[in-house]
Amino acid sequence: MDDAQRPEAEIVLRLSGITKRFGPLVANDAISLTLRRGEVVALLGENGAGKTTLMNILFGHYTADEGGIEAFGAPLRPGDPNAALAAGIGMVHQHFTLADQMTVLENIVLGTRPLWSFNLGKAAARKRIRKLAADYGLEVEPDRMITELSVGERQRVEILKALYREARILILDEPTAVLTPMETQALFATLKKLVAAGLSVIFISHKLGEVQSVSDRVVVLRGGKLAGERTTSEATRRELAELMVGGQLPVNEIGPPSPGAILFELRGVSTRSTGGAALRQVSIGLRGGEITGLAGISGNGQAALAALIAGTVEASQGDIIVHGETIAHWSPRAALDKGLGRIPEDRHATGMIGDMSVAENVISEAYRSPRFSRFGFLDWKAAASFAADIIKAYDVKCPSPEARVRLLSGGNMQKLILGRALDGGPDIILASQPTRGLDVGAVAYVHARLIEARDRGAAVLLISEDLDEIQTLSDRIVVIHRGHLSRPSARGELSVMELGELLAGHGHDEGAHHVA
Amino acid sequence: MWLEPRASTSGAATILWPAGAILATVVFSSVLVMIAGASPLTVFWLVAKGAAGSQFALLETLTRATPLIFTGLAVAVAFRARLWNIGAEAQLYLGAVMTVVLGTGAVTLPSAGLIPLIMLAAMLTGALALLGPAILKTRFGVDEVVTTLLLNFIVLLFVSMLLEGPLKDPTGLGWPQSKRVIAEAQLPRLIKGKRLHFGFVLAIVSAVIVWVIMKKTVLGYEMRAVGHNAEAARFAGIPVNRVIAKTALLSGGLAALAGFSEVAGLKGNLTLDLSPGYGYTGIVVAMLAMLNPLGVIAAAIFVAGIFVGADAMSRSANVPSYIAEVMVATSLLTMVAAIMLMRYRVRWR
Repeated sequence: MDDAQRPEAEIVLRLSGITKRFGPLVANDAISLTLRRGEVVALLGENGAGKTTLMNILFGHYTADEGGIEAFGAPLRPGDPNAALAAGIGMVHQHFTLADQMTVLENIVLGTRPLWSFNLGKAAARKRIRKLAADYGLEVEPDRMITELSVGERQRVEILKALYREARILILDEPTAVLTPMETQALFATLKKLVAAGLSVIFISHKLGEVQSVSDRVVVLRGGKLAGERTTSEATRRELAELMVGGQLPVNEIGPPSPGAILFELRGVSTRSTGGAALRQVSIGLRGGEITGLAGISGNGQAALAALIAGTVEASQGDIIVHGETIAHWSPRAALDKGLGRIPEDRHATGMIGDMSVAENVISEAYRSPRFSRFGFLDWKAAASFAADIIKAYDVKCPSPEARVRLLSGGNMQKLILGRALDGGPDIILASQPTRGLDVGAVAYVHARLIEARDRGAAVLLISEDLDEIQTLSDRIVVIHRGHLSRPSARGELSVMELGELLAGHGHDEGAHHVA
Repeated sequence: MWLEPRASTSGAATILWPAGAILATVVFSSVLVMIAGASPLTVFWLVAKGAAGSQFALLETLTRATPLIFTGLAVAVAFRARLWNIGAEAQLYLGAVMTVVLGTGAVTLPSAGLIPLIMLAAMLTGALALLGPAILKTRFGVDEVVTTLLLNFIVLLFVSMLLEGPLKDPTGLGWPQSKRVIAEAQLPRLIKGKRLHFGFVLAIVSAVIVWVIMKKTVLGYEMRAVGHNAEAARFAGIPVNRVIAKTALLSGGLAALAGFSEVAGLKGNLTLDLSPGYGYTGIVVAMLAMLNPLGVIAAAIFVAGIFVGADAMSRSANVPSYIAEVMVATSLLTMVAAIMLMRYRVRWR
């Protein structure tokens, strides 16, 4: 892109002074933003910074309390989801909105034809889709079923859907969260072709590296306000990060590991398929004093592995060995009795019971101990004081131990889970996606606690889809692909691209099983 | 239009919404009463008078509330753990069957021994009747709404068979009814010569015990955890299937007590019209009480009052007593809506 000519390009989208309040909370505070023809603007900000609210206003899901939107020079009717589509604005959501049991073509055409038309005009549609795909590097076969597609291909279908509707402005919400490094590169190439053809793109992200490599301009939101706006080529990474966080970045120091004995081991463990990918002959050993990072693209069996270790899924074959002892009946209770600290992937669905209080939640793993119950009666005083201890020790922001957990923010809920899992000083820790959806401050806090546990000699298994997180924290990295584990590699042994190869399943010699 | 969860519900809202629900019920019923050609004010006054206007009316309401407290508790306990027990009617009848099996002379003991024995046996029968569907649910994923609902019809036919066969009263002139329970098996009347019996006291005590279980004990905690989020409960090491089984035993046992108390306290024998749907009305009672065991007492008395009052009203005003069913059904619907509106805000845009 030629930076010199950009300011002259016409403005295709103008958000002026958008303010949106939810009760006392100001989600968007007088935010103004312009998007020019042929430009990629990155919308950068932490969770809760107001990015999603702003896009919801643009798409008519919310009505702004103040301010207005102009697309291609004409004001956009507020509160009408069809207005944005009609004006040529397309959105690719983080969670895809595709009908799985239909073909690519059917998904793309869906909703573009009048209800009373007898045929879908498939031949013409197929031709147009092929042309769009070829023009923008979005190769995908129009007649394949969505279920057969990889995540990257599904995202291409979503983009094609928008282009097929003649979108001139494309909004991508955290598009790389589910992609491999290679797929991310391909997406960026597509974006370059799109803007070269005169489209404009808003790229929503909290990943600085991507923002720097793909965007022309960066708009940073913080706490619902416009924190700053920079031309990408002129901004440093540090500058952007500090705009996003609003101050100095917390930094975690991680020293060299001092690995001890293997505390937890899986030997040739397989699971039955229950929806997602199953484990196939997985062997891994976790040493004390070491963080083992398990990387993988979503849906490759990491959920099954986490559930297996947590005790909620049974192994169909293989052994689970804890402290050198093979455990016959593995269950959540057995895991707790053997001193595992477990941080589940989904805070809301698995980690906490939203409609119960903080006190009721923190004792949920230990309520049978004499500390909290006697003769079948619970000691609510002990529970409340334990909750108060956790709230204090783990810096949980909540009104009282009686508060319903549903009211806490994601970060505070996660701190509560950390407190519950780590309070007894477990020497085996399973942390499954422990920082997903958390803001930078909470992420740093969770990381610090995991490093602290590792330094006191605990064996930590960190399962994450965030490669940065895996590479920062892990002493050893293992990659999971279609239920198989790769050979472990030491910190710094693999480049990002090599890691990407493993994530995509290259270099896994199927059939051979490594004892990690 | 969509629903947005409220961060919190203010104290006023917890009173105003249910009050609004009752108001909506009154308005809707008024329209029906007017269609029937009567004045709503007169009709509601007559219903209130018929339910609580005299000692006789009040005692009748409490008598009618007694089985509803038991079935309401049974449903509240089960629903709290998300075990959808629609079969309180069946469990009630099985409790009644056990009461006449043991109480008509098969066992002879003084009252102090016989009544507790029959109570326990009746509870066990009802408990086991719900354990089956609970195990089918946890083991094989069979929907308990279907199994417990269908069991109602199976049990009613089974009772009919018993009353035509082994339990038939030989002196009953051919009517399908059981023998009368012996004097030692009868619950005493609370006031001499009136119908209100000791079963009412048992119902109140049961409600208090259930409240203590839900609030203070490990079991109640486990039941609430399983009901609110079974996946999180399982993750935390709570034995979800066992908790559901225990819930089934408790719920079925409570429903069976309704049958026991109706036979041993009021009717004296078992007939096919022992319950005019107390098991189903228990669902209404539990929902009106928002599953709170102590609230069940109030809700049961309220619902019983409408039924008793409507009976009295229909005798003097020319409005069918079916209006009671409509009022109870409407109050359930408006209450469910009110509970939802207490928790969610409706957004139109």
